[in-house]
Amino acid sequence: MKFKKTILLLFVAIIATAFTNKVTEGYKVGDKIEDFKLKNIDNQMVSLSDYSDAKGFVIIFTCNMCPYSVANEDRIIALDKKYKKLGFPVIAINPNDPKASRGDGFEDMKVRASEKGFTFPYLFDEGQKVYPKFGASKTPHVYVVNKQTMKVEYIGAIDNSSRNPDKVTEKYVEDVIEALLAGKKPSKTQTRAIGCSIKVQ
Amino acid sequence: MKKSIFILLIFIGFSSCKKEVVKDDKLEVTSVKSYTYNELKPLLEKNDDKTYVINFWATWCAPCVKELPAFEKLKQEYATKNVEVILVSLDFPKQVDKRLIPFINKKELKSKVVLLDDVNEDVWIKAIDSTWSGAIPATLIYSSKGRKFYEQSFDYEKLEIELKSLL
Repeated sequence: MKFKKTILLLFVAIIATAFTNKVTEGYKVGDKIEDFKLKNIDNQMVSLSDYSDAKGFVIIFTCNMCPYSVANEDRIIALDKKYKKLGFPVIAINPNDPKASRGDGFEDMKVRASEKGFTFPYLFDEGQKVYPKFGASKTPHVYVVNKQTMKVEYIGAIDNSSRNPDKVTEKYVEDVIEALLAGKKPSKTQTRAIGCSIKVQ
Repeated sequence: MKKSIFILLIFIGFSSCKKEVVKDDKLEVTSVKSYTYNELKPLLEKNDDKTYVINFWATWCAPCVKELPAFEKLKQEYATKNVEVILVSLDFPKQVDKRLIPFINKKELKSKVVLLDDVNEDVWIKAIDSTWSGAIPATLIYSSKGRKFYEQSFDYEKLEIELKSLL
């Protein structure tokens, strides 16, 4: 009898956890993030704690195969070139399961990075453990993090025209970093853009 | 000699292509209407006796392409039940002629296809639904009975269940 009760309780607990997990949607602006350790395309492991001189991070979930990601590659490179030296390096993470997205494998990532001349780490989210913590839902999906507090300062798009770089009138990520560099609160902390859903099996 | 055979082959190639076009002439789509968000908005909030199924997709989005047959089937099965399916493409405006129109013709899509071309994504994604992160595929179903938004993929059965809840 007691045994049955335990099983029942266990069952209830499992169901409850399953539902709670569903409700958890990842980091929000103001949340403190956990560091991670992921493999870069040069086979070295990368963590945020490796960046002793950084003031913050531009963490971008992106991939090889999504045309919206591809359309933003040059803008991501430009961001890194402009802000790495000011203390805000880009850290790109490919969240897709290569089994569900052909062309997003680790070897493919190396090829794409060298073709485009990525100036930043391009990390493979092996086992898809990191992107759910962030609550990333698409590529590209940007998180600007303040290193001192490890808090999320911004979630969203790179700018206000993902499909056409010629029509950009507002550079969200740049505005956020400029505000942080000036010791101010960013005025826009959350924006949205169209992107490809993250591929899971 | 080789060259002339080559030219002949190209010629045959061209003429056979042309024939196909003539044969399917009646079905061919030659243009897709482009909307800004403000122009599209009335289609997302009609107040009549119909139920609207609005799918946001793109030719390059693999899960979107995979679920299109479910929407096409829904359009067919519910044609007499006051259901209208609209496929809102988020393809790159530059690729409408090269990719979107050929895709519609190749797949012989029967549902209405429109292009949403508006830079202010941050404004209209929220306006379409407060829960939409911007990932596609995404689907809006609405009628006088209510309005539901789904940032997910569908198969026919699931789609039909959701439609029925608003019929």
